[in-house]
Amino acid sequence: MSILVIAEHDNSSLKQATQSVVAAAKAIGGDVDVLVAGENCGGVAEAAAKVDGVNKVLVADNAAYGHFLAENLSELVAEAGKGYSHILAAAGTTGKDFMPRVAALLDVAQISDIIRVESEDTFVRPIYAGNAIATVKSSDSVKVITVRPTAFDAVPAEGGSAAVEALDTVKDAGLSSFVGEEKAESDRPDLASAGIVISGGRGMQNGDNFKMLEEVADVLGAAVGASRAAVDAGFVPNDMQVGQTGKIVAPQLYIAVGISGAIQHLAGMSDSKVIVAINKDEEAPIFQVADYGLVADLFEAVPQLKEELQK
Amino acid sequence: MKVLVAVKRVIDYNVKVRVKPDNTGVDLANVKMAMNPFCEIAVEEAVRLKEKGVATEIVVVSIGPKAAQEQIRTALALGADRGIHIETEEEVQSLEAAKLLKSVVEKEEPKLVILGKQSIDSDNNQTGQMLAALTGMGQGTFASEVVVDGEKVNVTREVDGGLMTVSLNLPAVVTTDLRLNEPRYASLPNIMKAKKKPLEAISPADLGVEIAPRLSTLKVEAPAARQAGIKVADVAELVDKLKNEAKVI
Ligand SMILES: Cc1cc2nc3c(=O)[nH]c(=O)nc-3n(C[C@H](O)[C@H](O)[C@H](O)COP(=O)(O)OP(=O)(O)OC[C@H]3O[C@@H](n4cnc5c(N)ncnc54)[C@H](O)[C@@H]3O)c2cc1C
Ligand SMILES: Nc1ncnc2c1ncn2[C@@H]1O[C@H](COP(=O)(O)O)[C@@H](O)[C@H]1O
Repeated sequence: MSILVIAEHDNSSLKQATQSVVAAAKAIGGDVDVLVAGENCGGVAEAAAKVDGVNKVLVADNAAYGHFLAENLSELVAEAGKGYSHILAAAGTTGKDFMPRVAALLDVAQISDIIRVESEDTFVRPIYAGNAIATVKSSDSVKVITVRPTAFDAVPAEGGSAAVEALDTVKDAGLSSFVGEEKAESDRPDLASAGIVISGGRGMQNGDNFKMLEEVADVLGAAVGASRAAVDAGFVPNDMQVGQTGKIVAPQLYIAVGISGAIQHLAGMSDSKVIVAINKDEEAPIFQVADYGLVADLFEAVPQLKEELQK
Repeated sequence: MKVLVAVKRVIDYNVKVRVKPDNTGVDLANVKMAMNPFCEIAVEEAVRLKEKGVATEIVVVSIGPKAAQEQIRTALALGADRGIHIETEEEVQSLEAAKLLKSVVEKEEPKLVILGKQSIDSDNNQTGQMLAALTGMGQGTFASEVVVDGEKVNVTREVDGGLMTVSLNLPAVVTTDLRLNEPRYASLPNIMKAKKKPLEAISPADLGVEIAPRLSTLKVEAPAARQAGIKVADVAELVDKLKNEAKVI
């Protein structure tokens, strides 16, 4: 068995999610190679070569892959993946975009968002917003899989010394082109891998009030997240949405402020180690999953929280 | 231009899902079913394109049991012109759904195909991307804005880092995200009118597609329940617990 992991990166740094996918690959067993596809991504390939347990790194460095367009990436991965028993990528928006295309090109099913490996052909994944956990067995010759990074402990970033090999096949499908992007810049830790997350919901009332959460986040070194309602209302950008159809987080500490706890929100954070809920409605469903619940008006409790933490 | 929209019949998003005691699946007996919420957004987008004069005809297709015709009728009441029901009682996985939709695309030759980004039952997030690969089209997944411009479509996508815009040659596949639009409700007169709109029923065999699932579900279990926690009296107690009991700060 040999496994190809598609690295997640932004052309300058390797995302930690890749190390979690390598961990999932090691749970399957066999040699683990990593493909880094991007533009001017040599540094990423070097970082991938150092990741513990990586056998070989393939690099496809070309403008065609610079923006991770699914049409181009999928053709590359379908070709580079020949001979591998499994092809794995993180279940982020990039992996979710190109991997099903790879599966279709190879005429195999995709197993989405796995949280556990049972054997080389059997995997565990949540369905129905995490209300049910399915064990599925694949009869395909190649398994195309996306991995939920929070479900696998990242392998160390250092310890490996893999050989780096350049791939010069260029796949430009000519179907799509990059127009522009609006990156939400933040100095805070990445939401998906932060150790502490504080999220706000509709109860925050507006975007300005999120500053209160940011101040607490800065004291704790936390990332800031949100419910769908807060994103839909325009309080904060879309990339802050935690939930079934947003980001999945599993920090040591998750603090939900003014969030009712709809099942779709819980799907994105209920694997957090410790959950705190601050809500003025003592009947809010979020309290059913919270380790520590505080029934209070957030406009009083959050400033107090900041003060208390600074003591 | 013609727009094809794929809609799936799923459990209503408000229903509390229960795993069957024999662990073979979830209990769907007497449970409220509805159109997948992302498919509602797909239908709405097609209707808005028609209202803007960009789309000329909206064809809606659903794969599933007889009852899936309810969701096609809903789409017709919302403004779609014509329905195609690919009837099967068997479980259809994303790759097969994509193959069936591919045959419909070959027959109907739409300029734009709009799907939901994800079914809220399987949580797969695959079918649109697979359909795009099988038909050799470009894809604009997780769309929050769709602008048709001549022979191209610009799609703004909700991605992990923020928003990204791509330009795709037409025909293309778009999958919808939550912020694309806010779906309307069907009015009573439109629900009545929808009953008279054409709805063609065909079988997977008619399309030459064999249903042969690659994945078998060995068991379905309830997730591990979280231990019930405690209520704290005030912020001071909360911080004390986090420091000294949970030791997470
Ligand atoms: C297809 C689909 C996908 C979805 N995906 C997601 C997803 O990924 N993530 C997600 O989060 N949701 C998702 N949802 C939406 C979800 O169903 C809920 O609507 C949403 O999570 C509610 O957000 P909320 O808790 O912020 O708002 P509400 O449910 O309105 O709750 C607001 C809470 O704030 C409290 N509050 C108000 N004022 C104060 C105050 N001053 N002090 C303290 N507390 C206060 C209230 O008591 C209330 O409990 C999805 C829904 C659908 C249909
Ligand atoms: N059985 C089906 N009938 C019609 N459309 C479907 C079906 N299955 C999936 N789709 C479409 O594909 C989207 C994504 O589904 P999935 O890949 O299953 O998460 C849905 O929102 C629908 O638009």
